Amino acid sequence: MAELTYRAAVAAGIAQEMERDTNVVFLGEDVAGAGGVFKATVGLLERFGPKRVIDTPISEQAILGAAMGAAMTGLKPIAEIMFSDFLAVCWDIVANEIAKARHMTDGQMTIPLVIRTANGGGSRFGAQHSQSLENWAMAVPGLKVVAPSSPADVKGLLAAAVRDPDPVIFFEHKSLYATKGEVPEGEHIERLGEAKVLREGKDVTLLALAAMVPRAVSAAEVLQETHGISATVVDVRSLVPLDTKTILREVNKTGRLVTVEENPRLCGWGAEIASIVAEESFHELGAPILRITTPHIPLAAADKLEDLMIPSVERIVDSVRKSLE
Amino acid sequence: MSANSATVGTSDINDDIDTATRLAIFRKMTEARLLEKRAYDLFLQNLVKGTSHLGIGQEAIAAAFGAAMKPDDYTFCTYRGHNHTLARGVPMAGILGELMGRECGLLRGKGGSMHLTSVEHGVMGSYAIIGAHLPIAAGAAWSAQYRGTKQVAVCFFGDGTTNIGAFHEALNMAVVMKLPVIFVCENNLYMEYTPIASVTAVTHPAADRAGAYGLPSIIVDGNDGDEMYRAATKAIELARAGGGPSLIEAKTYRHGGHSRADPASYRPKEEVQKWLALDPLPRYRRRLLEHGVSESALAAIEANVKQQVEEATIAAKASPSPSPDLITRDVWADGGSSWRN
Repeated sequence: MAELTYRAAVAAGIAQEMERDTNVVFLGEDVAGAGGVFKATVGLLERFGPKRVIDTPISEQAILGAAMGAAMTGLKPIAEIMFSDFLAVCWDIVANEIAKARHMTDGQMTIPLVIRTANGGGSRFGAQHSQSLENWAMAVPGLKVVAPSSPADVKGLLAAAVRDPDPVIFFEHKSLYATKGEVPEGEHIERLGEAKVLREGKDVTLLALAAMVPRAVSAAEVLQETHGISATVVDVRSLVPLDTKTILREVNKTGRLVTVEENPRLCGWGAEIASIVAEESFHELGAPILRITTPHIPLAAADKLEDLMIPSVERIVDSVRKSLE
Repeated sequence: MSANSATVGTSDINDDIDTATRLAIFRKMTEARLLEKRAYDLFLQNLVKGTSHLGIGQEAIAAAFGAAMKPDDYTFCTYRGHNHTLARGVPMAGILGELMGRECGLLRGKGGSMHLTSVEHGVMGSYAIIGAHLPIAAGAAWSAQYRGTKQVAVCFFGDGTTNIGAFHEALNMAVVMKLPVIFVCENNLYMEYTPIASVTAVTHPAADRAGAYGLPSIIVDGNDGDEMYRAATKAIELARAGGGPSLIEAKTYRHGGHSRADPASYRPKEEVQKWLALDPLPRYRRRLLEHGVSESALAAIEANVKQQVEEATIAAKASPSPSPDLITRDVWADGGSSWRN
């Protein structure tokens, strides 16, 4: 094992796949010479050269269009959209073209590409550079949606995304880039569509994604130590495909489900999971399902305001505790 | 030259295009014209549902490129893509079947008129959101460049596309990366129902923008099969040799409306008459006769194409509706549609 930051794991994951397969190419704004605005792709240009690591103009439609055209003709592009908010300017290519090409052409086309993007809040960037948008992608048939919470998962799930023959939107969380964790040495690959149980408890099951995962784990520790509440924490990791087996099993064990979501309230990923649990495990539930989310309000920039909006450890602890009273 | 030479075209009679190529272009134009007319008849019989955008009047562009391209080159079409699909050698029954939502359709009814695709013929899709396919075509060209295959991508679109962002993003990126892609604007003077001139800052919507991307301004008579073939060959050769992209503006005219819902009554009668006189198919027919091709040879091609259209119509009508299990097939590369375990 080696200790890597989340951002170094991004470069390690891309490098592992580019080393393995010369059809893997990487493009985006400021990704080559500058090594990415979050420094998550430092060293790739030097290692793989300008034919495979490409700085593009600020042209999100061209970036993803080029990635799609390359993917349908034999390459395996990794395209970076600098901030996930910018997906809105190229959503036609994502939702109308990439997602639908295979089904609409009766399987004639395969679009093996990865869209990496920096998602989520906590950086005080305001409403247009902080959103948590994985539920946008989840709502479109034909897209796989992944959001890792740890450096090991960044590398392993990114590798899995590159090798997957379908389009994958890979949401990296910008407030996790500096976090550190153990990453297996040598080739590391995870499987898409597998949730991970991080902590087992008896009283309540917390489901979390990306930056909400470490907060849910911290909240579980506080709940145990301060309130004697024993919580399971599941890192959902992949929204599409969704590991409903693990989710239902872990919810059934405690009979209580709490989702911890950074997305704004309406149609967040937890709403879909809550609906699945309500339909399929209703009689196992001992209490109403609780969703802890960012309120349905654009994010504010000021630190004190942003911190009040995104679910915090304290809010998770309080909400869970009250729900168990 | 005949008295009406101005409407026959200006090509030099002793030129560079051999008769076999001209006959191939003529055949492709005839196929497109007769198949589109048949598609229209099938609408009137309510056998084609949904919408459809016919390319009658614009056949010379697709036909000339079809004749100039190699089998492994890539075509990217718009929703008005029947001509371009046919011009790559895609069987007629697959096209009519798709329009009619039948099992024999190219996409077995999952795409419809606006999404004709035949990867095995190099037709890498028909795109129904204006502008989307320009960067996608650039991406296919990038892939060819990266793999060193000498393939080129040809991307057809209408005049309305020149006012959307993706057009400009794709042009810029294609030039920066020197990609083997040819952007072909079919300027039929109307973006859907609105005259392009009334919503565009420049006179020639594509050609006047070329300079912004360091490209030469190229305007071609899109109703002249020979002129289109020359322009196509030149741009394809340049792209194949590593010389980068081209932007061609082909002047043409839709004989009908934007889509089946549009009678096109917004167009002045004189304008329609002027362009009907420039109909590319009879013009090219006259050209071939001038070049010494016999009337009987042309009539034989026409009769043969008519027969093809009849056979395709019979095959498409006889084909059943697609099997319901197709609905859940091929969302994913594993053939299925499952989003959970």
